[in-house]
Amino acid sequence: MEQELLLKLKRKAADVRKNIIDAVFSAGSGHPGGSLSCADILTVLYFKHMNVNPSAPKDPDRDRFVLSKGHASPVLYSVLAEKGYIPKKDLLTFRQADSYLEGHPSLKDVPGVDMTTGSLGQGICAACGMAQMGKLDKRGYRVYAILGDGELQEGQVWEAMMYAAHYKLDNLTAFLDHNGLQIDGDITKVMSPEPVAAKFEAFGWNVIIIDGHDMNQIDNAVEKAKKTKGKPTMIVAETVKGKGVSYMENQYGWHGKAPNQEQRDKAIAEIDAYIENLGV
Amino acid sequence: MKKATRAAYGEALAEYGSNERIIVLDADLSKSTMTASFKELYPERFFNTGIAEANMISSAAGMATCNKIVFASSFAIFAAVRAAEQIRNSVCYPKLNVKIAATHAGISVGEDGATHQAIEDIAIMRALPNMTVIQPCDGRETKQAVKAIIDYNGPVYLRLGRLAVEDIYDNSYEFQIGKGVQLKDGCDVTIIATGLMVKPALDAYEALRAQGILARVINIHTIKPIDKEIIIKAARETGAIVTAEEHNIIGGLGSAVCEVLCDELPAPVKRVGIEDKFGKSGKPEDLINLYSLTAENIVIKAKIAMALKRQ
Repeated sequence: MEQELLLKLKRKAADVRKNIIDAVFSAGSGHPGGSLSCADILTVLYFKHMNVNPSAPKDPDRDRFVLSKGHASPVLYSVLAEKGYIPKKDLLTFRQADSYLEGHPSLKDVPGVDMTTGSLGQGICAACGMAQMGKLDKRGYRVYAILGDGELQEGQVWEAMMYAAHYKLDNLTAFLDHNGLQIDGDITKVMSPEPVAAKFEAFGWNVIIIDGHDMNQIDNAVEKAKKTKGKPTMIVAETVKGKGVSYMENQYGWHGKAPNQEQRDKAIAEIDAYIENLGV
Repeated sequence: MKKATRAAYGEALAEYGSNERIIVLDADLSKSTMTASFKELYPERFFNTGIAEANMISSAAGMATCNKIVFASSFAIFAAVRAAEQIRNSVCYPKLNVKIAATHAGISVGEDGATHQAIEDIAIMRALPNMTVIQPCDGRETKQAVKAIIDYNGPVYLRLGRLAVEDIYDNSYEFQIGKGVQLKDGCDVTIIATGLMVKPALDAYEALRAQGILARVINIHTIKPIDKEIIIKAARETGAIVTAEEHNIIGGLGSAVCEVLCDELPAPVKRVGIEDKFGKSGKPEDLINLYSLTAENIVIKAKIAMALKRQ
């Protein structure tokens, strides 16, 4: 993609990361690690690829996005705020009793949320249902979903893998946020879903492996998925849990923990330094 | 004429299936749940998910977000019990327009035995916020219930049976979600029944009448939201209640009636149902007798309830 756009997207992803930190900090709880690991993917989707309009969040022809790993709600809310679906200041009400920003995304409560998720394994199935209806109704929309790699341990995910390939849902593109860590530690030590790419291939998916923080690679993979006929596409995105905040990177302890004031300030300072480096 | 409520469900889907918003899903049981009749007519709107109920329910939810009316069918044990959490989080919490039409509920499944006989599904479905729970008692009521839930926007659990049951209603019947139906008037005791227990309730009415006891008989097809008024009125006017259901006595119709009465107008209630044990293999009629889901048991319980009335 063009350098100018790339810089813009990088800046946007940095803003999204700051939003994530502040939302989780304000809440005093939440899931920063897995939100930061897929921030680049959501940014490229929402700001380059998806045909969506914040003033018509229920447009039947819109592209859909399902955050199957619903605990990463801070990244979705942050992107929706940057996109103009919700006021940015509302992010600071995340997880509060008087807020509509639930711990896990709720489609009835948040404009722009296409599916209620949080119970792992269910979102990808709902995405299959949406893609199936897109085909039936001959609407040109595409459906995007993001799965966690720990989430692959849910048997229901593999029911969806079979279903999407069986019904040739080539309007469905899923990402695997392959950061390698889950609550109890390394996914291969807790219950290994590896080798993931070979499994998706064996289930009949088109598989593309990328660096999930390289926006050009994300962009190219999405383009390839759009051109793939007769098969759903799984983009296995190699990512770093906690990406962009040094002390959170590759630390499973930051799966579901909020930073304290000092940690929050350090994270924001790091991201601000990154933004300054970008020069946009 | 005898007809299974699942058969009437299949007929209803075929009859109302021209509505293009209707989508039907099945998990490899379409010949048993009778969704095959819809598949024949509208193959492009029928999707077999294979033996994968969790995905069936969650993908149904995704379809419902696309302005569809989605019927998802399997046996009650696999739909409501195996996929209970999918129904809760994918369907009920976002209040999506998915109808869980579950057949082969209760012990009248027969020979397949305990693993296939859902006796706890009403209890589970009833405890879910946003869920409507309906159990028709005959073919006509089933067809009308299907029509009504097509028009109702929201999650529904429709509990259907395998066994052919006698007609309770004639063509003049009008079904309304949430409205109980008084089938017989009486002043001594009230029998509140649902599903295939409505027929034994009517038989019990005759037996009691022969002994000089006038029983009121009410069909509660909508177990949630339950018709509180008709229950309170029955308690006020007859003073004693018997409930009858093909379900565990824990959590089903009997519990729902007791909840209404303990809040509004406490009265003696005796519950006829499965006494907190699993089913078993056998001919449906034999099991119905073995588990005392009979008019005789309703008569016995009616007399006990009457004896408990406050003097």
